[in-house]
Amino acid sequence: MSPLTFFGTHQREILEATLEHVSLAGISLAIAVAIGVPLGMLIVHRPRLRGVALGAANVFQTIPSLALFGFLIPIPYLGGIGRRTAIVALVLYALLPILRNTFVGLTEIDPAVLESAEAMGMTTWQILWRVRLPLALSVILAGVRTATVITIGVATIAAAIGAGGLGTFIFRGVAMVSNGVILAGAIPAGLLALIADGLLGVVERRLRVT
Amino acid sequence: MSTTLDAKTPPVTAQTIIGFEDVTYRIEGTGRKRDEKGGRGGNWRVILNGVSFGVGAGERVALLGRSGSGKTTLLKLVNRMLLASSGEVKVEGRATREWDAIELRRRIGYVIQEAGLFPHFTVGENIALVPGLLGWERKRTAARVDEMLSLVGLAPKEFRERKPRELSGGQRQRVGVARALAADPPILLMDEPFGALDPVTRAELQVEFGKVAQRLGKTIVLVTHDLREAMQIASRIVLLQGGRIVADAGPREFLGIAHREVQSFVAPLKAELGMPA
Repeated sequence: MSPLTFFGTHQREILEATLEHVSLAGISLAIAVAIGVPLGMLIVHRPRLRGVALGAANVFQTIPSLALFGFLIPIPYLGGIGRRTAIVALVLYALLPILRNTFVGLTEIDPAVLESAEAMGMTTWQILWRVRLPLALSVILAGVRTATVITIGVATIAAAIGAGGLGTFIFRGVAMVSNGVILAGAIPAGLLALIADGLLGVVERRLRVT
Repeated sequence: MSTTLDAKTPPVTAQTIIGFEDVTYRIEGTGRKRDEKGGRGGNWRVILNGVSFGVGAGERVALLGRSGSGKTTLLKLVNRMLLASSGEVKVEGRATREWDAIELRRRIGYVIQEAGLFPHFTVGENIALVPGLLGWERKRTAARVDEMLSLVGLAPKEFRERKPRELSGGQRQRVGVARALAADPPILLMDEPFGALDPVTRAELQVEFGKVAQRLGKTIVLVTHDLREAMQIASRIVLLQGGRIVADAGPREFLGIAHREVQSFVAPLKAELGMPA
């Protein structure tokens, strides 16, 4: 079957899988941002927690994605077969770039700016919210952008544990030895990653303060 | 130049606003410590060694010295960016360790070499920062911002809305001074304020600020390694060497002090001006 014929006959299924893929990646990213950004802010002034947090995130990122799914499945409550396990794994995967960029963005600020902020009598909290965070925003967003691309990519593998999404077509196509079916998953997944990357790149440049 | 050299030292007012009493500041070295408890065998580096001196209200004191002489450390002890290892630093009669650091700093203007302007704030927002922290009304702050811009020779209408990146180095430094003075602090601390500027802009700002400083009547402590800058701005010059004060005099007297370190600062300036050594 040629890819074009398959696209024609399975429009609705492909659209549904795409939406499923977007929601899988979107939910995971939202959770990763909700954990990663506050945690990144917290570790600016807590060197011991910093080592632990960055180290743990690094470990999750290093474990091969399929192996990480494998580790999670036997865990009660979090694991099992399906969407929930996939989201947990995707969050763990997306955490490192967001956490690291938040921390780096908040700390790599012109020392003269931080010195004068402190000397003018701003509190640590005021410096964090009014100086560090606005100046770190584009670096944080760059982390979110990296995490987005990773998440959209790894989410295709999540189909292997029954999470749905565009990976379903890829695995099905491999099993059927059908290029058409494989491409029905691969093309939208690739486009999704490229579009997300492009859009976030534009926002990132807008937020950059020189 | 000659007018400044002839400027009279104003009488030191009786009221001491900043006082150093036998202040020592040392930092722990990176080397191995032999004795964990007593620190006797520890590896310390002494930055300031038993410094005592006072600054009268309205005095303009230049802390002169080579790199590593301890002058920046001395400055940072005043607004509690650092705390003395021993001895007492007093501001307005109260030890800095008893002051709330935030409250103290909001009463003291601070200007540093790279100005340290907030790049995401406009010029006006930068200047309005401390008044904002102190909870000034919007109207009062806005009027003050314009007043400060005029004071440092920048047209308010033209510069208020600009971002720091749209300014030249000299203009940024002017805004830095305006920001430090915005909340009308009685004390102004300056750490090599014009150090990063090209020689021409630097000389220009030194002369201009020298005049402004005289008019303002604020207590100013200026850190510099440039004797010419000290002469332009200060009413008193304190020379530091190796963490100790080695000379303390009015600008004219200072030139005549025979101490070796004084002369190593004075001789190049005299040569430059074609004066007899």
